[in-house]
Amino acid sequence: MSNNVNSLLKVSNLAVSFDTVEGSINAVQGIDFELNKGQTLAIIGESGSGKSVTASVIMGILSCPPGRIKSGEIFLNKQDILKLSEIDRRKLMGNKIAIIFQDTLSHLNPVFTVGAQIAECFEVHKNYTKKESWDKAVKLLDRVKIPNPYKRAKDYPHQFSGGQRQRVMIAMALALEPDIIIADEPTTALDVTIQAKILELLAELRDERNMGLILITHDLGIAAEVADKVIVLKNGKIVEKGTLKEVFIKPKHKYTKELMNSIPGKFNQRYKRSDNIDTNPILEIKNISKSYDTLACDNINFNLFRDEIIGIVGESGSGKTTISNLILRLIEPSSGCILYHGRNIFDFDKKELFNFRRKVQIVFQDPYASLNPTMNVFDIISEPWIIHNDFLHKKLHQARISELLTSVGLKPSDSKKYPHEFSGGQRQRIAIARALALNPEIIICDEAVSALDVSIQAQIIKLLKDLRKQFSLSYLFIAHDLPVVKDLADRVIVMKSGEILEEGNVEKVFNKPVNPYTIDLLKSSPSIEKLLSN
Amino acid sequence: MQLILQKKVFYNKFKQIFSMFLNDKLALISIIFLIFMVFLALFGPSLINDSFTKMNLRLRNLEPFSFDHNFMYFFGADALGRSMIARLIIATQNTMFIAGSAVILSMTLGGALGLISGYFGGKTGNLIMRIADIIMSFPSLLLAVIVLYMFDPGLLNLVLVLAFTRMPIYMRTARAEVLEIRERLFVSAAISMGASNSRIIFKHIAPLTIPTLITIATLDFAFVMLGESALSFLGVGIQPPEVTWGLMVAQGRNYLQLAWWLAFFPGLIIMLVALSLNLLSSWLRIVLDPRQRWRLENIGDKNE
Repeated sequence: MSNNVNSLLKVSNLAVSFDTVEGSINAVQGIDFELNKGQTLAIIGESGSGKSVTASVIMGILSCPPGRIKSGEIFLNKQDILKLSEIDRRKLMGNKIAIIFQDTLSHLNPVFTVGAQIAECFEVHKNYTKKESWDKAVKLLDRVKIPNPYKRAKDYPHQFSGGQRQRVMIAMALALEPDIIIADEPTTALDVTIQAKILELLAELRDERNMGLILITHDLGIAAEVADKVIVLKNGKIVEKGTLKEVFIKPKHKYTKELMNSIPGKFNQRYKRSDNIDTNPILEIKNISKSYDTLACDNINFNLFRDEIIGIVGESGSGKTTISNLILRLIEPSSGCILYHGRNIFDFDKKELFNFRRKVQIVFQDPYASLNPTMNVFDIISEPWIIHNDFLHKKLHQARISELLTSVGLKPSDSKKYPHEFSGGQRQRIAIARALALNPEIIICDEAVSALDVSIQAQIIKLLKDLRKQFSLSYLFIAHDLPVVKDLADRVIVMKSGEILEEGNVEKVFNKPVNPYTIDLLKSSPSIEKLLSN
Repeated sequence: MQLILQKKVFYNKFKQIFSMFLNDKLALISIIFLIFMVFLALFGPSLINDSFTKMNLRLRNLEPFSFDHNFMYFFGADALGRSMIARLIIATQNTMFIAGSAVILSMTLGGALGLISGYFGGKTGNLIMRIADIIMSFPSLLLAVIVLYMFDPGLLNLVLVLAFTRMPIYMRTARAEVLEIRERLFVSAAISMGASNSRIIFKHIAPLTIPTLITIATLDFAFVMLGESALSFLGVGIQPPEVTWGLMVAQGRNYLQLAWWLAFFPGLIIMLVALSLNLLSSWLRIVLDPRQRWRLENIGDKNE
């Protein structure tokens, strides 16, 4: 037992396994940690490291079976909550510990107003009258900085933006004044500027109420912003724990060091483009606009040269995907044109368009959705050759696929497997191999690394860099993540609400930004550098 | 050399499918039962000659499971003293042919129309869906009765009418699936690669819709058998002395108090065939989905 008076939660030797057809999988293998009042503990780990399982065990929402708690104790106020009955335990939840999830839309009931959902907590748990509960709910909405709370309390969840919904979730979690808040990837789905504000709010509330905060995240930057203590999980084991500075500045374990090295945005190992570049651009985007009900992109101009990487940065709704769809000619513009080697792609006849499709390829964000689940890797990579059947003779397919798979870091024997047999990062490699199959000039990467874990992200970025050197490719790299762009791009375009706000060399945009929005964006982006420079 | 290699590939494929059956005993029993029924449908009639029309009035409504008479009378006899076994076997051919071709026809036609409607959308798509609405808004049996009354109530017309009235389900399901799959990223990827419409439909969209359609088809098989019996009962379907299971159930209804076996045996077979098809379709659904297939593959294979 702990004799620390400030101790809120103490987890010792927790082990959880899942029973599957192929035997039991140990998701969490004996982890210990302690959380004190007013402290933030960040649990860092990549997908499958057991961080969310740990949170569900603490909250008592792990589904058993297939889950099984093999051993361990969780002390909450000197009481082992794993030994409590279901009913006693439920009373503790919400009252003592509350949780905030990543996916706000599915955790708020769509048919009740936000105010009613918060007020319900007071009515059920504290027996307040309807009027009192409603007033309390409005007060809480005000506390989490929802503007105009009296009016907004009567709105439904879908009428709020993603960031505001996360604030509503925080308000609900606060309703019963818990001692501990568990935030499971609370800002992963949000834009950087909004993410910064949510993190700020969480830290503020923690100090105000002297709560303990457990922050579960895969993003090292976020942990660096708010955490006091850090534990790093890998395959269900703690590989490193300590204060924020200990872990981030002097990591001891090999895995943690690797993790710290894969953090993007370090400006090192940049590849310099050769100076004798073609002065004629491959792609000229001229005055292009596209409007649906609203203007998705407005009078966009830029050029892409051979062997160049342009990073397009912007938050959701800034029109960056619209541009990629226009260049791929998946949609037609409202006005303007795109010149490919001087010819407008929207004037192409069928044959010219077919040849153009050979030269421009795309890698999408979600490697789970961009590969047909019913086709094996061989069929997926050879598909471009079957479509463009003069490109490569059928007999040579197998050999070329082996080459491509090797160049993206997979094994030639993988060609018989199906996409679901690969991890996210490996699938993205398959998608890249497919994009390379026709020797394209331009590859568009639409958030191609956003869905991946940091260490995988670093590997894919390295792969993209290597391939560029090898085939002198041009990339259009679309991302919301600034550090990644900083690592890869030669030129950066910053977009907001369909307009280009700032454009320039990567050094210039990152070191001497001019536009206030770019400055704000750079400031909000969580980074380790701030921590290191302190 | 090439031929030997192909043979080996074929043999391996066969072995793989067989082992997937072994891992799902219910599907194995179903496929054996269905193969037996198909065998009966193909060769049954020539085995029993014309004994199914032979009447023996002394054996009217003979009770089943008695060894007093010929083996052909083991399942009893009908109201005219005709052997139940002989009649069931003859009915197998008619029923399997009618239900099978009606279901396959409505699945392919309805599926194809649904695919087109979903993929191209616009005016053509809407027109196709309105046709589906019209067919659905009409009571299908009424429509069938009218059509069969106007035309010749032969085997072919019966199949066509049954296929036509069951088509909307496939059209709607296929369209709904296509609308969803069309928006997936791998379809966008294929378009940006320059894939033609037919390639996208057949290579990317159809493989994901077909398992659903097949599942519906197996459920529909039983429905079509009963629909056929209703039409035959009304006199616009199969004409006696030809017989189908559905017709046997319908005729046996009159004697339910006296001779339960007249309706029971054909009904039992309809149920068993429908059940087997269902079990087989759920097996097939797993086989067609690469993400689920491991459930049926040998654990031993995985360790290789």
